[in-house]
Amino acid sequence: MKRKLLGLLGFGTGVFAGSVLYRRSTGRRRERVDVYFDDGSMVSFVDGSPEAEKLLAAARDALGALHR
Amino acid sequence: MDAAQALADLTEISSQIEAAVLFDGEGAILGSTLADEGAARALAAAAGMLLEGASGFRTGGGEVTQLEASTHAGSVFVVCDGPRRIAATTRPDPTAGLVFYDLKSCLRGAAAEPVKPRRRRRPAAGTDEGRVDDEA
Repeated sequence: MKRKLLGLLGFGTGVFAGSVLYRRSTGRRRERVDVYFDDGSMVSFVDGSPEAEKLLAAARDALGALHR
Repeated sequence: MDAAQALADLTEISSQIEAAVLFDGEGAILGSTLADEGAARALAAAAGMLLEGASGFRTGGGEVTQLEASTHAGSVFVVCDGPRRIAATTRPDPTAGLVFYDLKSCLRGAAAEPVKPRRRRRPAAGTDEGRVDDEA
């Protein structure tokens, strides 16, 4: 009974670890813009915010110009 | 070191950087790793828009010194050092710290005065300075 329980626990742990690794390797990072100022502060605009949309559009233009 | 040499050193050092453009505050191109001048201008213009847009989002003032725009297609980096700016593109998920460091080094290199070769002082005529006696 104890061996069966340990086996199930090991199997569950393995499935959980595998799913975390799979999501990490296949999951895409969110698009974002990190801005650093002269006073040492940093602001990060993530995809979906109005600030990021404007800046990411300019970044996509830059990348698109190189691959044309 | 001039802009071309600084950019050549940059692409040699950093394997992450695909393209880089040195430009000034007015958008004039000082140097580029791109063969296509139109693409270099487009990258500099987009980098200028990024800087302008990013500084506009801050109400308390303060100048933007550097930024990274990360997209699924790749990243765009812009670094400012006084009137000089450098923009670079990389593949997705670059090591941002290393790219920023390399871009700052490139900007410093491009701004540095070229090292002039020092002329060796020739010995005055009639003196023994610099003479090697062969007594063997």
